Amino acid sequence: MLFTSFEFVAFLACVLVLYYLIPVRFQWILLLVANVFFYACSGLYGLLFMGVTIVTSYAAARIMSAVQYHMDDTVKAHKEVWSKQERKAYKQQIKRKKRMIFIGCLLVNLGILAVLKYTNFAIANVNGIAALFTGRHSIARVNLVLPLGISFYTFQTMGYVIDVYRGKAEAEKNIFKMALFTSFFPQLIQGPISRFGELSQTLYAPHRFDFRTVWFGLERVLWGYFKKLVIADRIVVAVNAIVGQPDIYSGFYVFCGMLFYAAELYADFTGGIDITIGIAQMFGIQLAENFERPYFSKNIAEYWRRWHITMGTWFKDYLFYPLSASMPVLSMSTFCRRHFGAAAGRRIPVYFVTLVVWFATGIWHGASWNFIVWGLLNAVVILLSQECRPLYEKFHAHFPGIQKKYAYRIFQVVRTVLLMSSLRMLDCYRNVGLTFKMFGTMFTDWNMTAAMKGLLQLGLTAADYAVVAVAVVLVLCVSLKQRRGSIRERLYERTAAVQYLVVFALLFAILIFGAYGIGYDANQFIYNQF
Amino acid sequence: MVRSKIKTLGIVAVLMVLSVLALYFAQALLMPKYMSNVKEGALIAEYYKAPKNNDVIFIGDCEVYENISPVTLWQEYGITSYIRGSAQQLIWQSYYLLEETLRYETPKAVVFNVLSMKYNEPQNEAYNRMTLDGMKWSDSKAASIRASMTEKESFISYVFPLLRFHSRWSALTKEDFRYMFSKDMVSYNGYLLQTERKGVTTQPRKTPLADYSFGENAWDYLDKITQLCKEKNIRLVLMKAPTIYPVWYDEWEEQIKDYAAQKDLPYYNFLESIQESGIDLTTDTYDAGLHLNVWGAEKLSRYFGQILRTECDLPDHRQDSAVLSYWQEMEERYEAEKGTAD
Amino acid sequence: MEQLIEILKELHPDVDYENCTTLITDKILDSFDMITIIAEVHNRFDVVIPADELGPENFNSARALYALITRLEDE
Repeated sequence: MLFTSFEFVAFLACVLVLYYLIPVRFQWILLLVANVFFYACSGLYGLLFMGVTIVTSYAAARIMSAVQYHMDDTVKAHKEVWSKQERKAYKQQIKRKKRMIFIGCLLVNLGILAVLKYTNFAIANVNGIAALFTGRHSIARVNLVLPLGISFYTFQTMGYVIDVYRGKAEAEKNIFKMALFTSFFPQLIQGPISRFGELSQTLYAPHRFDFRTVWFGLERVLWGYFKKLVIADRIVVAVNAIVGQPDIYSGFYVFCGMLFYAAELYADFTGGIDITIGIAQMFGIQLAENFERPYFSKNIAEYWRRWHITMGTWFKDYLFYPLSASMPVLSMSTFCRRHFGAAAGRRIPVYFVTLVVWFATGIWHGASWNFIVWGLLNAVVILLSQECRPLYEKFHAHFPGIQKKYAYRIFQVVRTVLLMSSLRMLDCYRNVGLTFKMFGTMFTDWNMTAAMKGLLQLGLTAADYAVVAVAVVLVLCVSLKQRRGSIRERLYERTAAVQYLVVFALLFAILIFGAYGIGYDANQFIYNQF
Repeated sequence: MVRSKIKTLGIVAVLMVLSVLALYFAQALLMPKYMSNVKEGALIAEYYKAPKNNDVIFIGDCEVYENISPVTLWQEYGITSYIRGSAQQLIWQSYYLLEETLRYETPKAVVFNVLSMKYNEPQNEAYNRMTLDGMKWSDSKAASIRASMTEKESFISYVFPLLRFHSRWSALTKEDFRYMFSKDMVSYNGYLLQTERKGVTTQPRKTPLADYSFGENAWDYLDKITQLCKEKNIRLVLMKAPTIYPVWYDEWEEQIKDYAAQKDLPYYNFLESIQESGIDLTTDTYDAGLHLNVWGAEKLSRYFGQILRTECDLPDHRQDSAVLSYWQEMEERYEAEKGTAD
Repeated sequence: MEQLIEILKELHPDVDYENCTTLITDKILDSFDMITIIAEVHNRFDVVIPADELGPENFNSARALYALITRLEDE
């Protein structure tokens, strides 16, 4: 069930009504049932893998926490008896046990993800290498179906297991509550990746009907649908046309395609997250924010703190930090400082860790070289801009006050958008080589007049472009206004009539201008032989 | 405090009514009107405006609504009839249309054109809309929708056609505003008049089929039609129009003949009586053999009317004051449109 | 404590580590510095700072960092 299907809207309405009719202590159970139903709609096969994740994570967390309690008790009981050395040795021994369970659980779950997601990618690469020597492909691809949302729920659940291992979260005692945490349907497909510590309380708690909360949630859901249906699902036609036929569409088209994709991805992803968070809010549940007007960022590092925030923090907390504090990296740091001096010594380990993290981020997005190269290029840009910091500082010192100038801010924003958009071309084109080639044509093959006409042959009419343009301007205005606090809060201070009209106007705009349903193609209705 | 709350509630209630109205207007505006183009889309809805006292009801696809002229049946024999035909009307749609029609009136005879037996599954979304959107809401309509939906369709879009036609906002014309709430009549008791002449130039090629047997679903609905007529004591007549495209296979003919014999139904394949009825395929079709033009339709109606009159024992209403003025008006309109061609 | 200050001074000699309590929040220390600090703490104190202790609550001031090291030494 896609968010944009009629079935989903009906499903959601039913769950929502039931949710506030039943006794509040059963609400979380209703959500769990809804999750199972939602997930089963995409096939029972996926439920099996999710089941494995839930059971293993639940068991691992429970055992780790039991071991921890046992250890604390034993230490307390032997407080007078054991020397510091004895205590340390005992603790080491217990920690090793905990570590075994922890690693076992990670291996099983990340293993499932890796096998399902990357087997064919690995086979393709092995074949590619084999073909260099033998001239033929030796291994056949396997037919694996990726269960819905596996990348997201695996990460979210592993975050929980790591938190329990670190003693940052309590192990959940009720396996059904644990299952609810893993499978919460609004966030299953595209995140946000929630922290157990943050989500669990609000997720399991009873929620009485509160008009304001539900109303705010509804407003956000509608805003999400607006972005997704009016902008993303419309402009996607042009994007697909451009990137699908690179032989025809080069130069100026590539540039348009790049910007269109920037709009599409933004509208689709932030819109989807708005729908997710809005739905949760209608249930009285608060999810973590995933975006903070990312296109307004001054630089790439800031952009990545404001775009897909929950994924960024996941990688930071569960990969970047542990890797930075890991023995090999520390040894590398010491070694480099001794042998190559302070400047290189402080850089090399960070470069290494950054590249590893971005490699992982890339391949998490998808099993292809496009995403790997995309991830690594992000790392390169971030490191480069970090290296250039002294240069910028000099520049800013030379032109004091320029940072405060509006024009300079706009320049920074445009720079961020263009930079991120050009990296994202890797999302679009078939392979890495083609992406670079098409990127190149933006600078060599620029025939504006012919191209402007051609934009109307991409499957969108002038009216479609006009709708997208108006919607994009609207989204921009809303984002600008948002900087001064919640728009919904401010709207709530107005009269009921104004609020109602705003919401209805939004609904009306979605119903009329949204690209949903079969769509009207006048040609379909042309009379033929019947 | 209480007062202001009541006031707020009142305002919101008014706004809600207004927004429902807005959606209703939007829907009325955005739905296709089928007035100047694709007129066959308007056929089904026109039935509700006509008097419901017909002796004969025709059901089927374009082979009925393009080839039979109720005006001729009236002029020649005083037969009152209505064609509930629509573009690519599938047999289950015919059945449900008949079911609905029989709620309004009980004719003496029902004529079903058998070409649609060749379709066993839902075919084309656009044609579904033309047959279904025009129907008033009833169990029959709901059942017909469920039987007709192609894979991508959803029931809700028939309940709220706005969900289907919302993207027409960029294709709106004057016609859409003009005919928002009232439409012109495009047909003559379901007959769509065509005045062009384009004769048959090539005979159709009968590409062999892998399987000639009609589908189970189609048979099922033919049975249902037969059964329904039997229950209501209505004479069911099967026909095949004399147009040579699309191809009507001999193997199909055999199956229908057998069925008619088995159920004791009269069956007329007018392909076999083209000459007898006086139809000249070089002048009497408007699209090279797919459909008859008005002159062809009149010839077929004259021929078929004679048969119907005796077969079903139909009375002559030409002296019947209850229906006379209606048919006379229709005749005038009909002759006027026909006259524009010459 | 002196040993720790020494490590920090090597990175940014001009910072007043005795009194500064916003080393992370004011972005005086970046991720480059963090790794160096962890490595040096490991070398000189024989203490490994685990990943989940890398937040500002432990790195915003030299005093907090020193408290962390003593705590870890004790475990």
